[in-house]
Amino acid sequence: MLTWMKRLVAGGAMALAIGATGVIVTSPAHADEVKKPAVTAPAATPAAAEPAPVLCSEKCNKGDTAWMLVSTALVLLMTLPGLALFYGGLTRSKNILSICMQCFMVFSVITVLWAIYGYSFAFTEGGAFIGGLDRLFLAGMNPDSVAATFSKGVVIPEYVFMAFQAVFATITCCLIIGSFAERAKFSAILVFMIIWFTFSYLPIAHMVWFWPGPDDIKDAASLEAITARAGWLWQKGVLDFAGGTVVHINAAIAGLVGSFVIGKRIGYGKEAMKPHNLVYVMTGAALLWFGWFGFNAGSALEANGSAALAFVNTYLATAAAVLGWSVAEWVLKGKPSMLGAASGCVAGLVAITPAAGFVGPMGSIAIGVFAGVICLWGVTGLKKILGSDDSLDVFGVHGVGGISGALLTGVFADPALGGTGVWDYVANAVAPDYSIASQLWIQAQGVITTVIWSGVVSFIAFKLIDIVIGLRVKEEEEREGLDISSHGESAYES
Amino acid sequence: MKLITAIIKPFKLDEVREALSEVGVSGITVTEVKGFGRQKGHTELYRGAEYVVDFLPKVKIEAAVEDGILERAIEAIEKSARTGKIGDGKIFVSPVEHVIRIRTGETGASAL
Repeated sequence: MLTWMKRLVAGGAMALAIGATGVIVTSPAHADEVKKPAVTAPAATPAAAEPAPVLCSEKCNKGDTAWMLVSTALVLLMTLPGLALFYGGLTRSKNILSICMQCFMVFSVITVLWAIYGYSFAFTEGGAFIGGLDRLFLAGMNPDSVAATFSKGVVIPEYVFMAFQAVFATITCCLIIGSFAERAKFSAILVFMIIWFTFSYLPIAHMVWFWPGPDDIKDAASLEAITARAGWLWQKGVLDFAGGTVVHINAAIAGLVGSFVIGKRIGYGKEAMKPHNLVYVMTGAALLWFGWFGFNAGSALEANGSAALAFVNTYLATAAAVLGWSVAEWVLKGKPSMLGAASGCVAGLVAITPAAGFVGPMGSIAIGVFAGVICLWGVTGLKKILGSDDSLDVFGVHGVGGISGALLTGVFADPALGGTGVWDYVANAVAPDYSIASQLWIQAQGVITTVIWSGVVSFIAFKLIDIVIGLRVKEEEEREGLDISSHGESAYES
Repeated sequence: MKLITAIIKPFKLDEVREALSEVGVSGITVTEVKGFGRQKGHTELYRGAEYVVDFLPKVKIEAAVEDGILERAIEAIEKSARTGKIGDGKIFVSPVEHVIRIRTGETGASAL
């Protein structure tokens, strides 16, 4: 395993890998170096080590801090209003407010839970599968607390790291609601999200992203020691720059399971259920694209070259995916649709997420085109095979795109294909030996773990809720529309 | 006295209204309607879902006219609403038993 670890991508590293002695992060968590693949998650470093604690006021870079603050706000924009509009436009006009409300409330619930216990369980040191209790209620965090990055000696304020990770958790939960839109009971959704966030999001985030940071990695032994304290999938060397497994596959599986357990909408397959406002869909997709620059480039955790690479890839892969989907639709279905372009946009963003800081620009274009075409199949051919009513195609886009991206990251991260390779924190250089086959297998392990974990947690949670409070609204309420029946209001004059 | 009910293409409404005014029709009622006839609908594709739209939007015009201008009124509608393509619509004529102007209580032809 250690070997894998070593290889972690240089994603962030590219830029400032400062060999330096670096700052030692204050907390137990930060310790050494190791790989740097999973971008988003350097662990927070709470406690203090033997050396004097690292103080943000002395070590934080104002540029990094400013960029992370902005990135965090950009990611918030993805959910509110980006995702709400993207999803809302896809529903019938009697259900758009229910989607907006679900996004708003789930976002807010998860935000508060994140501060209470989510951050601690995901990003402090504990076991390989879940973190510890050090930051419960954000205990001990103050403006001088720092979190490690992917560069030795570079830290950012822990407050902004915590907030940046919070918006990831919230959008992941909000993504799920698209699978059972137009029929699920509001209270059931909220309860499900609390359970799923706790038992699926937090462990997966910890497994993929937690590590103590690179500062204490000086030799093979310290690398091994640091790696041993990281999350389970991090130890294996899974590369997930901004959340292909943690966010997209995780959410898509939960959605797919939900669409099966909750059942189809009344009239599904018989009545027309066409999107009621494709302009909202286009607006939402465009806001997602915009906000995704914070999501991916922010995952570098620094304002550096790695962030710039992730930014460019987020830009290029998405455009390529729009072209891929639209051209495929034009050829196969006769007409290129606006809905297709918007869907291709999201598919490309999803697929480039795990790869953003690891692949080169041409690799990102290849990933984008592939994602655009394969996700078109995801919402047509595959959807028919699966046979469930995944209302807004969460699995077809986020699941198929997420899995494609996670696997292709292993291919295009290869320096021979223009990727960054994996950073070796011992040598402080890109590891010379990159094997696509072995990285692909590691990536597949990340995908399989996430699929099974999220699938099991989701199934149990949905079944439990079905027994206790019921998952669906009554038939007449569904026919009337959730806007009126669940929320007592309507979006449009009738 | 007759009631003319015509179903026409929506974009022809203004031309039909002008033509009817010219032949002396003093008022019409317009309703936006949907329906099907010989003209086929169209299909819409949203990701994997295909919807066949059978009912096309049309405009329904109703005008009560005196027998003396009936033929000219019908001819005016025919000419102004015609494109020569399928879907131009239909004209129905039916007898009217009684007409009353609500404001004055006038009846018959003077109520039109």
